[in-house]
Amino acid sequence: MMNYTLILNIATHLLLARLKQTIVAAVGVTFSIAMFITLVSFMNGLNDLLDGLMLNRTPHIRLYNEIKPSENQPISLSKEYKNNTNFINSIKPKDRGKSIYNSKAIISYLKKDPRIIDVAPKITTPVFFNSGTIEISGTINGIEVLSEEKLFKISDYIIDGNVVDLLQNNSIIIGKGLADKMLLTKGDVIKITSTRGNLSSLKIVGISQIGIADIDDSMSYTSLDTAQKVLGEPTNYITDIQIKLFDMSLAAALAKEFEQKFNLDTIDFNTANSQFETGSKVRTIISYTVGIVLLIVAGFGIYNILNMMIYEKMDSIAILKATGFSGSDVKWIFVSLSLIIGIVGGLIGLFFGYIFSSIIDVVPFETASLPTVKTYPIHYSGIFYLIGIVFALFTTTIAGLFPALKASKVDPVEIIRGK
Amino acid sequence: MENKVIETKGLTKYFYDPIKFQVLKEINIGINHGEFVSIVGKSGCGKSTLLYLLSTMDTDYEGQLLIKNELITGKKDNELAQIRNEKIGFVFQFHYLLSEYNVLKNVMLPGLKLGKYSETEIKNRAMEHLKTLDMEDQALKMPNQLSGGQKQRVAIARALINDPLIIMGDEPTGNLDKKNSDLVFDILKKLTLEKKQTILIVTHDNDFAQKTNRIITMEDGRILL
Repeated sequence: MMNYTLILNIATHLLLARLKQTIVAAVGVTFSIAMFITLVSFMNGLNDLLDGLMLNRTPHIRLYNEIKPSENQPISLSKEYKNNTNFINSIKPKDRGKSIYNSKAIISYLKKDPRIIDVAPKITTPVFFNSGTIEISGTINGIEVLSEEKLFKISDYIIDGNVVDLLQNNSIIIGKGLADKMLLTKGDVIKITSTRGNLSSLKIVGISQIGIADIDDSMSYTSLDTAQKVLGEPTNYITDIQIKLFDMSLAAALAKEFEQKFNLDTIDFNTANSQFETGSKVRTIISYTVGIVLLIVAGFGIYNILNMMIYEKMDSIAILKATGFSGSDVKWIFVSLSLIIGIVGGLIGLFFGYIFSSIIDVVPFETASLPTVKTYPIHYSGIFYLIGIVFALFTTTIAGLFPALKASKVDPVEIIRGK
Repeated sequence: MENKVIETKGLTKYFYDPIKFQVLKEINIGINHGEFVSIVGKSGCGKSTLLYLLSTMDTDYEGQLLIKNELITGKKDNELAQIRNEKIGFVFQFHYLLSEYNVLKNVMLPGLKLGKYSETEIKNRAMEHLKTLDMEDQALKMPNQLSGGQKQRVAIARALINDPLIIMGDEPTGNLDKKNSDLVFDILKKLTLEKKQTILIVTHDNDFAQKTNRIITMEDGRILL
């Protein structure tokens, strides 16, 4: 459109003539976009933090033996009753042991799979921690220190000591709650009774804190070897195989695949932690809703100001039409007006949104339950800024369109004759 | 016939509010190139209504309107806008200058819209017109710094910027005192004499009308001969 520079020129002149109102309208957009960006960045930062809390410690897929009854009860093997409907009462789960059979072969097979980042074997077992005459129940996680560290960054949660010290024989890292209860610190020796009654003494080389009191009150880490010794099991005894994938969206499908291939029970992270996803979704919805509501309010502001401007500028509209500007030219003048407000207000809004997020990002946020977090979390993403500016343009265009259509329909004869 | 700038055939118009009322009755007029025509008549006789039909801004009528033998009746809004831009210059009772722009830019605006010449050329032409109207030293002032007569002269310069076929005026001297009114008349007269500019003015000022080439008198929606 050749005339567009002229139309834009007229629009800017109209704006500059009403600078105060223009600024008020633009500030409305700026404020809502800035709040939108800040809110979305903060909410997503929070989502990342909480998801990370879960995901960092949860394998994408876990292979294990579930305690459950045999699927094929003896009666179903009998030819005689094959066509009958059989009711069996009081079935008890079968004790297959928690140990994964042929674990070494499975692990070396999985390590070759190109979809898998790495595999970490693990032993989880309940034990009693002894403190004088008191026994506190808890769990021992026997881990392969290096691969566990690689996959789950457990060193993030060690508040005292070093995770590689677990490679020493008979060493243990215990949860902070446990340590506080039993008045133990790093360097002390803790006595442990396994469920079969084996008694062992381990040296505490560190204290861990995950931020969930239930876990910190009961959990401890040792190396695989130590855990096997405590339990009195052979060196191929493993209860869990944890897998991390390059593409975590494949988790559910791969979990099924491995379940069939290895005849083990599997669970993917989504099934294990579905409530986290719900929380993330709700937070996202809230932040977008608030952002959109703010923008709609700003849109009404623009609508009002443009409407007023049109009444003030009736004469100008009439003469523009008399001297050869068509209805659609006039419409474009007012849509451009609105768009200029949207673009300027929106861009400044993005800038302030970034500033506000940066400020929140350095505000100290220290809580005992989240030892790795020092400031409020912010997620910076270009997508939010893109959505913000698109929102701004969309609402301002809509807000400008109605007054613009009204202006385009102004009958110059009526205005000029009225004088 | 061949030299008619603007022509109407059986132009009829009704007002519907508050009741159906025939304002114009079968108007047939033609205005030749280079004529300085005035339309006079009592208030309410339909002379302004006729002018707005001729201006193409009012499209609600029966009959036909031709500009340079081209049928205008039935054209679309943006085609009509184009015709007004290119072929018709307007001077109203009120100046209708855009207060956001200075005098020069106000004059240039229809030229910029037409886009036939470059911006510098339009500027030169605008200055030229302002000079003939004795307004070149006011070119960079804002409209609110001018007197009524000066504003009206700027409006005439704006009407001239695209070298229109015809200049239409609705009481262009209606708001002016005798001195300024004579000044505006002299300018218009000079345009017809020197540039063969066709001019059509609606007025109820008989002194003004008497000085034009041709007077069309209207009464009750008809033209009196």
